Amino acid sequence: MKAPLSWIKEYVDLPAEVTTEQLTDRLTDLGLKLEAIHSAADGITGPLVVGKVLTMDPEPQKNGKTINWCTVDVGDANGTGEPQGIVCGAHNFAPGDLVVVILPGGVLPGNFEISARKTYGHLSAGMICSARELGLGEDHDGIIVLPADAGAPGTDAFDVLGLREEVIEFEINPDRAYGLSLRGIAREAALGFDGTTYRDPALRATPAADAAGYPVVVDDAAGCPVFVARTVTGFDPAALTPAWLAERITHAGMRPISLAVDITNYVMLETGRPIHGYDLDKLQGTIRVRRASEGERMTTLDGAERTLSAEDLVVTDDSGIIGLGGVMGGETTEMSDVTTNILVEAAHWDATSMFRTGKRHKISSEAGKRNERGVDPTICEAAADRVVELLVELGGGTVAPGVTVVGTPPAAPSVRIDYDLPARISGIAIDSETVVADLQAIGASVDADADGITVTPPPWRPDITDPFDLVEEVVRIVGYDQVPSVLPREAAGRGLTRPQRLRRRIGRTLAGAGCVEVVSFPFVGPASFDALGLPADDVRRKTVLLANPLSAEEPAYTTTLLPGVLKAAARNIGRGAPGVALFETGTVAFPVDRGPAPIYGVDRRPDVAELDKLYEALPRQPLHLAVVLAGERERAGWWGSGREAGWSDAIGLVRRLGEELGVTVEPRRAVLMPWHPGRCAELTVGEVVLGHAGELHPQVCAGLGLPARSAALEIDLDQLMDLATVVVPGPSFSSFPVAKEDVALVVDADVPSASVEAALREGAGDLLESVRLFDVYTGEQIGEGRKSLAFALRFRATDRTLTEGEAGAARDAAVARAAEVVGAVQR
Amino acid sequence: MQPEEVDAARDAALAAIAAATDLDDLKRVRTEHAGDRSPLALANREIGALPPQARKEAGQRVGQARGAVNQALAARQEVLDAEQAERILVEETVDVTLTTDRVPAGARHPITTGSELIADIFVAMGWEVAEGPVIEAEWLNFDALNLGPDHPARTMQDTFWTASPDGAGVESGVVLRTHTSPVQARTMLTRTPPIYVVCPGRVFRTDEYDATHSPMFHQVEGLAIDEGISMAHLKGTLDHFASQLFGEGITTRFRPSYFPFTEPSAEVDLRCFVCKGEDAATCRTCRGEGWIEWGGCGVVNPRVLTACGVDADRYTGFAFGMGIDRTLMFRHGLSDLRALFEGDIRFTTAFGTEL
Repeated sequence: MKAPLSWIKEYVDLPAEVTTEQLTDRLTDLGLKLEAIHSAADGITGPLVVGKVLTMDPEPQKNGKTINWCTVDVGDANGTGEPQGIVCGAHNFAPGDLVVVILPGGVLPGNFEISARKTYGHLSAGMICSARELGLGEDHDGIIVLPADAGAPGTDAFDVLGLREEVIEFEINPDRAYGLSLRGIAREAALGFDGTTYRDPALRATPAADAAGYPVVVDDAAGCPVFVARTVTGFDPAALTPAWLAERITHAGMRPISLAVDITNYVMLETGRPIHGYDLDKLQGTIRVRRASEGERMTTLDGAERTLSAEDLVVTDDSGIIGLGGVMGGETTEMSDVTTNILVEAAHWDATSMFRTGKRHKISSEAGKRNERGVDPTICEAAADRVVELLVELGGGTVAPGVTVVGTPPAAPSVRIDYDLPARISGIAIDSETVVADLQAIGASVDADADGITVTPPPWRPDITDPFDLVEEVVRIVGYDQVPSVLPREAAGRGLTRPQRLRRRIGRTLAGAGCVEVVSFPFVGPASFDALGLPADDVRRKTVLLANPLSAEEPAYTTTLLPGVLKAAARNIGRGAPGVALFETGTVAFPVDRGPAPIYGVDRRPDVAELDKLYEALPRQPLHLAVVLAGERERAGWWGSGREAGWSDAIGLVRRLGEELGVTVEPRRAVLMPWHPGRCAELTVGEVVLGHAGELHPQVCAGLGLPARSAALEIDLDQLMDLATVVVPGPSFSSFPVAKEDVALVVDADVPSASVEAALREGAGDLLESVRLFDVYTGEQIGEGRKSLAFALRFRATDRTLTEGEAGAARDAAVARAAEVVGAVQR
Repeated sequence: MQPEEVDAARDAALAAIAAATDLDDLKRVRTEHAGDRSPLALANREIGALPPQARKEAGQRVGQARGAVNQALAARQEVLDAEQAERILVEETVDVTLTTDRVPAGARHPITTGSELIADIFVAMGWEVAEGPVIEAEWLNFDALNLGPDHPARTMQDTFWTASPDGAGVESGVVLRTHTSPVQARTMLTRTPPIYVVCPGRVFRTDEYDATHSPMFHQVEGLAIDEGISMAHLKGTLDHFASQLFGEGITTRFRPSYFPFTEPSAEVDLRCFVCKGEDAATCRTCRGEGWIEWGGCGVVNPRVLTACGVDADRYTGFAFGMGIDRTLMFRHGLSDLRALFEGDIRFTTAFGTEL
């Protein structure tokens, strides 16, 4: 809401010493938040002066246009006192008229610098200005012709045009709809400064309703509790909007259109009450307000044809629908540039209905904005009367007899509060007298008794319905800055939960291993999955879809974190990083197909079954971890060569996390895109599959711009954390000497080393302390399709030093078992 | 051997030992003067053939000479050993300024570590950290928080709606949460007061992506429900939070505002931690205001308590919320929000593993 300062001051006598900043600070403290203070002259630099047109010679041009070569008296403003020669394209003025001239050196809005320049064969030294060129309105047809008494030639035109006006822009919260009017803003200003006088522009004597008014029937009193109609005849459609009125509505952010429309807008800004004007001669018979029938159609005055819902309120006459009540008028009865007889409608509409209709038809108008937030229902007669007054005064109309008033304003429900509620809720010591006085100050009627206060909010405050609403009113007047700073009593908290602690541990472990965390958007589309090479029936392609995605290409919430991390890795590589290790943790979503989630009432807590139904309707959202390792993993240096990331880095990281959490993670060969079919492992803990790791498929690397042999992993962290050891049992170990035995076993190339190792463990018995693969060898000596695996076995007893014979026997038993299970032959 | 010859052999040995310059030299000297075929060894062997009287005298003389030589050998050996050890250490000197960055450093994201830092401030006060799903029930994101279907404020939040699994036309009742407030609702629905929880997390709004807006960002909200809770406790908590995150003496101020879930509601401003309000005119952090807009807060609307099963006659509460991304932006002087979501390792590694 933009409010010209002079307009505010019309209704409130602020102390002379109060500056604009002090006023806006005070209003911000009261809840009307300052957005900006504008000057009407923003973007204009002088010299901008009053000029008197001396001569005006029309000169037809080859392009068919006629320009006027003018001489203009600008007094001494040009430094010489000589007439100024200016070329002007407009024709709506004559010699002798006073106009607004910007001289060379001046600047108009849009950083339009004025200089003397050759044009149409003349040296044009300046410009005669239109309202639009000065940023005062959209009217470009003609230049501004000032009243004859505007000032002598050469007079500074900033004051003449009201350009010194300060315009305060407020951010109006939904609960302060009264702030969408000068009436409301001025009232708050008066509240902010003790002892100031406030004049309510909606407080005026209005003629009583009579039977002579235009016939109006309201079928839906809940939707339209009050409908006031007044008529003005003999209005001069050619009458121009006076400059002061045009300036004010322009400053307030609205566009001057025609006098009659401008007046309705002016009164809306003044009082907050939207007004609609009809061309009386186009109305046919009784005006009727009713709900529309489903599917009924009408054309609103913006030219849009609309199909209505049974919830929409419409205004009709014998011809059919003539307006979408409170939201937008209809095309057929719209006022035009020949309208002489006007019916003024000031009606109060149900706010919820206005909100729904505006949302349904996607209409956002100044009237709708006010009607849907709630307008004072008691000022319809006053607002209509004010419009009638201005139509008569400025447009030469005559007040037609008859005043129609249908319905009565709904009464504001009273609210009961305890005297101490504001103090208890705010923590400020506020006595009963202050509570009563502050509530009266906002215009409420207060009935105080021994036990508490019954408050009837003023009619312009439909937002006040609850005791806590009244608390806010009292506290904002007492001052939010009075709230003391007190810490609540100490709570006996239980600290971080186990998953919260484990997540931190996982992040630190990965960072410690050289991985950098990224945060990506979770939006994906078919192309994201195509880039991963996922087959058409891959479960990861079944996504939760968004109804209103930002991009049609990425309409889904992701099922995998890989698209995000891979994209970030490619970006880093593209920016010159020789290698990159990235990780991301985040939830992904899998649809559950259980139908829509229910919407419950809010008057009570939903019961357990209802809540379960709500929770079950939500997608499954497990926490995932994804890592990508691309390019250089270890750098080359004086120590020797570097090392590229590979499949084993990815698998190794998951095993590392397992160690950190006390979980033994076992990899198993698997085939799954986007991984290389021969270099992918599924990572298991017992029968639980955590996820996958390995080298990315060469086509995926090539497609995404990643180095060949980049590796990646993705696992379900919720599952890993569930498996984490809660209490680590204290280890016991022997201090007797270790006996070391190395064995080299030849097996078929496709036998997993893990199987050989498992057989060795099984055969070695209790004396085995550890077994570790330390070499893999293939070559001619071993034979085609075979490989040699070298294991280091360590034996130790808890109660004695092992003899050579004991260790050798255990080794032989281990080898024998390996021979039996996987056909291993000792080399 | 004559006594003079013994003395001469001894002196020659001692001279040779003293002249030995390295361990090899000393080894040669040892063989020559103390070995089996050295003059003193030969003299020792001759002693057995001497008459008893002369044997004793010669024995003493040769014995002393050999003792002196062995002692000198040992002493010289020790000196030369030490010299060699010293020399090896000198030879092994390296250039300690060589690079050591074999495995590049990793880092955690500042949103993660920032959220943890904030959570820890509250955990230290006895609060707990509550979490909930990002894809959330409409009822929990809006209705339970006094944002009914026709509430004008509902249009203030540009919400991502999920498509109905049943196909077009039916509303799914499921949204990408627009704030972390549904976590507060979930907490109230499952726990009984006193409740002191802080809820950091990821939220979504349909904002176009630019330097200061993002369709995905992060919020931290706090909720306290207890007997006798007032705005004063809210102010005390936020002042403490501000001073912990931005330094001793940094406080907050309230301005009236509107949120459906709180009444009274306030905007909370943070005292500029750079200029402290004293030199605001030239301050780039608060742009001349002396205060930084930080978030929203207020007393929990009793309607919210009722919908979430909290006895509104017995308990009151306060709630607050602010953007984590935005807080990081002004705390660390970041000019473009997008740096947080781009994944450039140069950005993230600058923050290390803890904030």
